[in-house]
Amino acid sequence: MTAPHDRPTASELVQAVREWMETDLMKGIEPRMTFHLRVAMNMLDIVDRELQLGAPMEERHAEILRGLGVADDVELSQKIRSGEFDNDIASLLTALRPVIEDKVRVANPKYLR
Amino acid sequence: MAKWGMAHGGVGELVQGIAQVMNVSSVNDLRRLTGGASRETWMFSADGEKYVMQRVRPGHPGGLGFEPQVLMQAQLAGVPVPQMVFDGSSSDALERPFMIVRAVEGETIARKILRDDEFAQARTVLAAQLGAAAARTHMVKAEQIPDLPGLDQLTMYRNVMDELGEPHPVFEIAFRWLEQNRQSQDRRTLVHGDLRLGNIMVDPSGLTAVLDWELAHLGDPMEDLGWLSVRAWRFGGANPVAGIGTYDELFTAYEEVSGIRPDINAVRWWEVLGTLKWGIICIRQAATHLQGIARSHELAAIGRRVCENEYDLLEYLAEMVK
Repeated sequence: MTAPHDRPTASELVQAVREWMETDLMKGIEPRMTFHLRVAMNMLDIVDRELQLGAPMEERHAEILRGLGVADDVELSQKIRSGEFDNDIASLLTALRPVIEDKVRVANPKYLR
Repeated sequence: MAKWGMAHGGVGELVQGIAQVMNVSSVNDLRRLTGGASRETWMFSADGEKYVMQRVRPGHPGGLGFEPQVLMQAQLAGVPVPQMVFDGSSSDALERPFMIVRAVEGETIARKILRDDEFAQARTVLAAQLGAAAARTHMVKAEQIPDLPGLDQLTMYRNVMDELGEPHPVFEIAFRWLEQNRQSQDRRTLVHGDLRLGNIMVDPSGLTAVLDWELAHLGDPMEDLGWLSVRAWRFGGANPVAGIGTYDELFTAYEEVSGIRPDINAVRWWEVLGTLKWGIICIRQAATHLQGIARSHELAAIGRRVCENEYDLLEYLAEMVK
């Protein structure tokens, strides 16, 4: 819950809409729309996970960038492109793994191995 | 003629037009199927046979491109494809460019082909059949389809990435690795360009047709084998080739037809490029929504699939830079 807002929290609001879609809306729409509705429900799941897990992920991302000596993903991308990491690609891959895993954990946790 | 007098809109005219170009007395059950962004797809029957007609959508310049030519060459090379009945790519009989092919029976939905009992037998032979179909496709030489484009895929996607302007460090690592590990391109052939589940027709006995030749181009034939094995196109299946088969099944069948054993390193290079390419296409799909070109929650959702490709690339690259 984020002060000064009341409950439901942002996450609880999203969950409420999601539940309504699944229990009521899904039964009342044309079959060709169910795929589109599933996509929409899935999007709300992403929002909910980001609300719940996002803050520490943002910190972790910033910390990893600091460790690599860059300000942001733009600078990191430029440095990779200009070859500055060529001698240390393996450790760069290792360093970035937690960031990418966090992204997948929010977007589609089932995809993680 | 009176039979079609009641048809609303231009459908009656379309029926007459089709009957004329096909030289048949009646065209029945004409109905529109959901099609791609640039094409309309129609189905109909005539003289007891079923046909599919593809026609350029209104307002889409460029016609059918090379597809009718490519389809005919693929058929001559022995690839199972829908048989061309009428190439209307430069005809004005139906207002816009079109082509009519014989309908092929089967299933295209990946999930069903991968999981339904009906396709259990098909799954045991599909990887080999795809290998053979790819090998036949790659027997078509550059000179057989004059002017077929053959842009360098890596350069092409580099440019798309730069136009999109979003930073993705993992994609940059992939670009770097791909540039530094380019494979020797001793063969330059027809490449299907989108060979995967979803673009093939399968019946319970196996592959019945390779569809969707819109993205065909000239290039390194290993591109098709790599694309077929990209993780996104395994649709959750456990095996590398279309989620169904092994590299060995694919390569052995390919070799039987062509006499050439595919090099796993070349195929893996194209798999990495394919994963990168699909990731970039995901960014572009989301951008189509975000820039207001086509507002759609489905397109928006695809933006959050970019990271699946980053995740897969980490795995590929970690294995390769060891």
